[in-house]
Amino acid sequence: MKDKFTILRSTAVPLPAENIDTDQIIPARFLKATTREGFGDNLFRDWRYTPADEPISDFVLNNVSFSGKILVAGKNFGCGSSREHAAWAIYDYGFRVVVSSFFADIFKNNALNNAVLPVVVTDKFLQSLLETLQQNPQTEVIVDLVNQQISFDGKLEKFEINAYKKECLINGYDDIDYLLSLNKEIREFDLAH
Amino acid sequence: MSEQKPKTIFEKIWDAHVVKRAEGYPDALFIDRHYIHEVTSPQAFDGLRKRGIKVFNVNRTTATADHNVPTKDQHLPIKEALSRHQVETLRKNCAAFGVELYDLGHPFQGIVHIIGPELGLTQPGMTMVCGDSHTSTHGAFGSIAFGIGTSEVEQVLATQCILQYKPKTMKIEINGKLGKGVVSKDIILYIISKISASGATGFFVEYTGDAIRSLSMEARMTICNMSIEMGARGGLIAPDETTFNYMKGRKFAPQGAEFDKAVEKWKQLPSDAGAVYDVVLKYDAADIEPMITYGTNPGMGMKVTDRIPTVEELKEINEQVSFKKSLDYMGLEPGSALLGKAVDYVFIGSCTNARIEDLRLVASIVKGKKKANNVEVWVIPGSKQVEEQALKEGLNKVFEEAGFELRSPGCSACLGMNEDKVPPGKYCISTSNRNFEGRQGPRSRTFLASPLSAAVAAITGKVTDVREYI
Ligand code: SF4
Repeated sequence: MKDKFTILRSTAVPLPAENIDTDQIIPARFLKATTREGFGDNLFRDWRYTPADEPISDFVLNNVSFSGKILVAGKNFGCGSSREHAAWAIYDYGFRVVVSSFFADIFKNNALNNAVLPVVVTDKFLQSLLETLQQNPQTEVIVDLVNQQISFDGKLEKFEINAYKKECLINGYDDIDYLLSLNKEIREFDLAH
Repeated sequence: MSEQKPKTIFEKIWDAHVVKRAEGYPDALFIDRHYIHEVTSPQAFDGLRKRGIKVFNVNRTTATADHNVPTKDQHLPIKEALSRHQVETLRKNCAAFGVELYDLGHPFQGIVHIIGPELGLTQPGMTMVCGDSHTSTHGAFGSIAFGIGTSEVEQVLATQCILQYKPKTMKIEINGKLGKGVVSKDIILYIISKISASGATGFFVEYTGDAIRSLSMEARMTICNMSIEMGARGGLIAPDETTFNYMKGRKFAPQGAEFDKAVEKWKQLPSDAGAVYDVVLKYDAADIEPMITYGTNPGMGMKVTDRIPTVEELKEINEQVSFKKSLDYMGLEPGSALLGKAVDYVFIGSCTNARIEDLRLVASIVKGKKKANNVEVWVIPGSKQVEEQALKEGLNKVFEEAGFELRSPGCSACLGMNEDKVPPGKYCISTSNRNFEGRQGPRSRTFLASPLSAAVAAITGKVTDVREYI
């Protein structure tokens, strides 16, 4: 399937807003494509551009000081619609990790299914990371999936990830590969059900 | 053998659908019914093509076109090229893979969460998924129904299963008598305002209590529909006589003796006495009043007669920034009241409140009256069948005389994707389920409320307490 993920060292982009819903990540009017590509251009569209398509200078993605493969966002990231386009947009833009203190369920699954790692940290760690990034955009953040830890500036926190999903990410496996291997059992179940 | 541990309805249904439980893996859960629509399915069908596989069981899959369709002139080709392409792609995919499609113009077409129940495809005890978060609606029948992403749509098309970890369970019990002017939409807006837009994340909710029992199936669907708005994976209500009566005679429901057999089985579903939930919450129906939201997530709701909190009143300091941003977006002052606030649009529609009972409720308020001059009012039936029924009952005349615009079925202005959008900066009182920034169109501003409250606002042109009217 997808890229394999073990360890990532990168600068990061801070986006402190809470309850960022999938309508903000990718507004519905951009969901008309029938492929998975190209959504990155419209990531956070209405925060990033004016209605006349001018970049909004104080939005973080338009600020040249910030870049990197890690997005750091406020609590309850990805709530709202189940649109996987949100995960595709984040991936297509170039992010491989989203750090927050809380993720909505469906988004979390969608991210994991698209080689984007959601890292859940404590509120305190999140605040400190957001502040550090704002003071020093060059801060390197290290996300180590194998050891399940995230660190920056000598601060380190362990994070939880489901063992099965971790396997999938490290090896680039898909859920569907496993389910397809159960074909015979599923057929029998369907008939008996 | 030891005695069986008491189970919740959720556990009963879940356990009956596990095809495989293996150490270190999520459960492979069998899916009885899979609903699909044009927006979240094309990439999934492409995935099947790439792998060279078929749909596992086409009889368990039902498709319709709803999100991206116009609500006017549905007999004409869709004007907007990308939307047309997406609907055409659904047609091609359904034809190529042999999936039943209730396309534009079909008597069964409509919003996916409205047509499933009305056709009797949605049944108690089932597992159901759809690439849409409001799949939780179908839980009203006493079933496990939840929204999924497109990769998961592909999994279900390919294998009729989904890999899932069992969520935690939450019971929300509401007892007592509902007050005047209070309907099921107010109940769910009240609950979400109490526990926040993320308060049930990681949980599957069961709604119980006599206030819930007293509701019709359609009203129950409104409640389950918005479970996702508090972060829950889904919500359900145990089936009872109300459920069975609703099911009886529906097109795809079991018929005759089969139906009676099914009812016997469905009667086994309700949670056993002594079943344990991870969390239990209780509310008194008498405390619930007509509700409205003032902010940009469904948790930002209040009694219509209340005032918006001030920044200082917020419980959590770190919420202040988001709160201010939200009110800025809405163009509202902290501490102010909403009663009397002029609105520009009234949207009566969506999978939350576009069933026939909702339209009847609205008609009961507006009959013989006219809309205020400052508002535009859209009534969008949830399905072709709802539309037909409304015509049969003459509701169209009531709406026409009131100056409301009755259109054809679809998601319409619920999500700002198709042609129906609320213009920038305008206020819309809406019976839908989300008030996110830009949800009803770029920079649109949404007040979520019940069909009753929306109907009254249409007449007065402003946020109004429905109780003064009935
Ligand atoms: S009516 Fe709105 S919430 Fe319901 S399925 Fe359509 S877009 Fe989603």
